[in-house]
Amino acid sequence: MISFSLWDILRNLLLAGRWTVVLSLVTFLLGGMLGLLILFFRTSKSGALRNVARIYIEIFQGTPLLMQLFLVFFGIALFGIEVPAWLAAGLTLTLWSASFLAEIWRGCVEAIPRGQWEASSVLAMNYVQQMRYVILPQALRIALPPTIGFSVQIIKGTAVTSIIGFVELSKAATVITNATFMPFTVYAAAGLFYFILCWPLSRYSQFLERKFHAAHSH
Amino acid sequence: MAYQFEFLSTFDYSGVLVKGVLTTVELIAVGGVLGVAVGIFGAWARTQEPRWLRPVVSAYVELIRNTPFLIQLFFIFFGLPSIGVQITEMQAAILAMVINLGAYSTEIIRAGVVAVARGQIEAALSLSMTRVQIFRHIILRPALQKIWPALSSQIVIVMLGSAVCSQIAVEELSFAANFIQGRNFRAFEAYLIATAIYLLLAILLRQILRLIGTRFIFARSST
Repeated sequence: MISFSLWDILRNLLLAGRWTVVLSLVTFLLGGMLGLLILFFRTSKSGALRNVARIYIEIFQGTPLLMQLFLVFFGIALFGIEVPAWLAAGLTLTLWSASFLAEIWRGCVEAIPRGQWEASSVLAMNYVQQMRYVILPQALRIALPPTIGFSVQIIKGTAVTSIIGFVELSKAATVITNATFMPFTVYAAAGLFYFILCWPLSRYSQFLERKFHAAHSH
Repeated sequence: MAYQFEFLSTFDYSGVLVKGVLTTVELIAVGGVLGVAVGIFGAWARTQEPRWLRPVVSAYVELIRNTPFLIQLFFIFFGLPSIGVQITEMQAAILAMVINLGAYSTEIIRAGVVAVARGQIEAALSLSMTRVQIFRHIILRPALQKIWPALSSQIVIVMLGSAVCSQIAVEELSFAANFIQGRNFRAFEAYLIATAIYLLLAILLRQILRLIGTRFIFARSST
């Protein structure tokens, strides 16, 4: 048996932690883009589009991320395509995070007073123009704290991808545990790494929220 | 080559599915009640006397909210036996859920507690109510009323999160799906059915929580 020092454990976790960071960033970017599209559907004038968005959100928020992961993993395989774990992981997390981001942002869009919509429609703006020039710039400010808060959920969500064999922080922790028989130390260290990634984001989100509230209270 | 769907063979294992659903329900029933109880205690500790409890509870909340549930579960299930505490899969799963939900609900309930108007508390003090009475009747109930939707959502999220408990061999719904696809090699169908059941459970749980809210929490205090 190879002997692992504490430093070996930390170094290996840190190396695997890169993939947690990469997967989180990719998910945040792609999930944000898809989330924006669903937000447009969710707030559009067409009832059919609104329903599509509503059902999408209900399905992805009402089922476990793990099941979604398995469905994507085995679902793509049905077409005879060999699915690498990173692809299934990235795709599932993107679909999942888009549903939450769309719903978070919907709250922010709805917080913009009705008059803003009416005034911009009087100026003969179409829906996309209203969103682009009037609603989104205002909603963005309100949306910033909860969006950063949700990025913490994305980072934590990546842990589940270890189950289909994507080697990130959690998978590395399990592998190292199997090699060292030191679960207490290894999982505590892995938890610590997640904490180091997430805590600053949580604090920043709280800080922004407080700042926003302070600006609006009289 | 078109794929032929084959759902029937999954239903041959409906006994396994039912057992899985019951275990998931058991997890969220026990974990939910105890988790909210921890949350109420946590909210009390973070807002009332004694003051030394506050940083302890804050550290607990921050640690749990900023680490994945899967790591918490593994830490408890694999970590505790290595320091001499023996624990079954089910106990580990419930403990992890209680600790996890406890941290989130502490934060949610605290937000409600903080929002209770000071005048209400002063009025109660002038009626010479004790601190415990004030917390129970004057602070907690209106606080729960305010944050009940947020708390309900969190309970649903924890129920869905319980799917990863299959990784420590708790025989809940996702474990049942794993078991079935291992037997009939119909992975997609097995997971699709399990996912649909989860969706139904989530919708049902939300309705039940709404009912609990209107029956037991909103009814008596609304005047």
